[in-house]
Amino acid sequence: MLFDFANVLVFTALALGFVGLNLLIGKLLRPANPQVRKLSTYECGEPATGSAWVNFNIRFYLVALIFIIFEVEIAFIFPVATVFRRWIEDGQGLFAFVEILVFIGILFLGLIYAWAKGDLEWVKKVKV
Amino acid sequence: MKPLINSLPETVFTTKVDDLLNWGRASSQWYMLFGLACCAIELMQTGGPRADLDRFGAVPRATPRQSDLMIVAGTLTYKMAKRTKLLYDQMPDPKYVISMGSCSNCGGLFQLAYSVCKGVDKIIPVDVYVPGCPPRPEALTEGLLRIQDKMMRERWLVKSPRLGNGAEA
Amino acid sequence: MEAKEVYLKLETQFPGQVGDFKGDVPEPYCSVSPEGIVAVCRFLRDDSNCKFEVLSDLTALDWPKEEKIQVVYHLYSYSNKAQIVLKVDLPRDHPTVPTLEGVWKVANWFEREVFDLFGVIFEGHSDLRRIMLPEDWVGYPLRKDYVEQEEYDGISTQRAPLVEKLLR
Repeated sequence: MLFDFANVLVFTALALGFVGLNLLIGKLLRPANPQVRKLSTYECGEPATGSAWVNFNIRFYLVALIFIIFEVEIAFIFPVATVFRRWIEDGQGLFAFVEILVFIGILFLGLIYAWAKGDLEWVKKVKV
Repeated sequence: MKPLINSLPETVFTTKVDDLLNWGRASSQWYMLFGLACCAIELMQTGGPRADLDRFGAVPRATPRQSDLMIVAGTLTYKMAKRTKLLYDQMPDPKYVISMGSCSNCGGLFQLAYSVCKGVDKIIPVDVYVPGCPPRPEALTEGLLRIQDKMMRERWLVKSPRLGNGAEA
Repeated sequence: MEAKEVYLKLETQFPGQVGDFKGDVPEPYCSVSPEGIVAVCRFLRDDSNCKFEVLSDLTALDWPKEEKIQVVYHLYSYSNKAQIVLKVDLPRDHPTVPTLEGVWKVANWFEREVFDLFGVIFEGHSDLRRIMLPEDWVGYPLRKDYVEQEEYDGISTQRAPLVEKLLR
């Protein structure tokens, strides 16, 4: 069984080797002329001021979090869909269907909560 | 490991490799959008659909880090000259400059003004001057083709008898 | 209100501060003394008959022979569709005038421009510094006796005159 993975090993070696070879050819063929001003930070022609590590808006984190949760939900639904036909033949079709509906329903409640809280709005309405 | 620049002997094979690399560079000049004044409008139109620059492989880039051609389009003032020099320095090698229009060639219409730099070649080396006020898109395209010819004549890998790095054969 | 009526109103309100009205030109103007310009402008803006809501322009002129720098204010009224121009004469060696930033906020940039190009100091201005030229520029270019500096930031400002170049 272990021998079946030899394909994957060869594939990985070829992929890494190809990328490495291209980078090596590039390093040999391109001019390398590092200078202080060339390596300086780009800020539209002005000398760079301040730190680049600034506070990000929290909305990016919230949107990413909601996306991940529902992406994982979809990933969990896929295996259920593949074995669904077998469950129907065993007579358990309705049970599987209700179970997956409960799963989606729980996460749907979470979506309603996020929606009601206004986390799905990118531009927040400010109460004056 | 050192790059192979200016180190190979001049054989049929190595010069052909050099030609191949030059052709690659010439056919994909990514120009930095450096439109300063009215010539910028003609620059935008040259990149537009009627006189297309994209058919030569020239794509506009906003940052000097991703570009190898700087089209200085418009009047250069002394206040901008410092920033222009810094942006030119921040472009990676090999880099080329097209000076588009009278103002960046020699100061142009505003040559007698107190705040206008009399030509962009006072601060950065220029490869092709495109005259005009503003030059028509066809004229700028001709300038791009001249830079393509210049790139094709260069020698990077092969040891060149003259100066070396990127000198013309 | 016509410009002449505005001027007569100003004469009664601010005796001695205004003078020299000229009405038969496309843009009628009158001259105002530097001490009274702020009060005059505030009156012109607030008065219900004059209602000059906007300061459309603030520039200056250099008169070297008469040893003065003249600051010019263009006021416009949208409600009355009227325009008036005020001119303030300042001594050329020490041109200072109170700022109009308290009356119209737009005067902030106009006065910075006049300071940049003429060197007129506006007293009470919140941020009087050069607006167009680089901060380390020497001289005030729009004065008639301005001499260009030889080089700026390492770049030479001179270029060979074209006729000589062609004859060479």
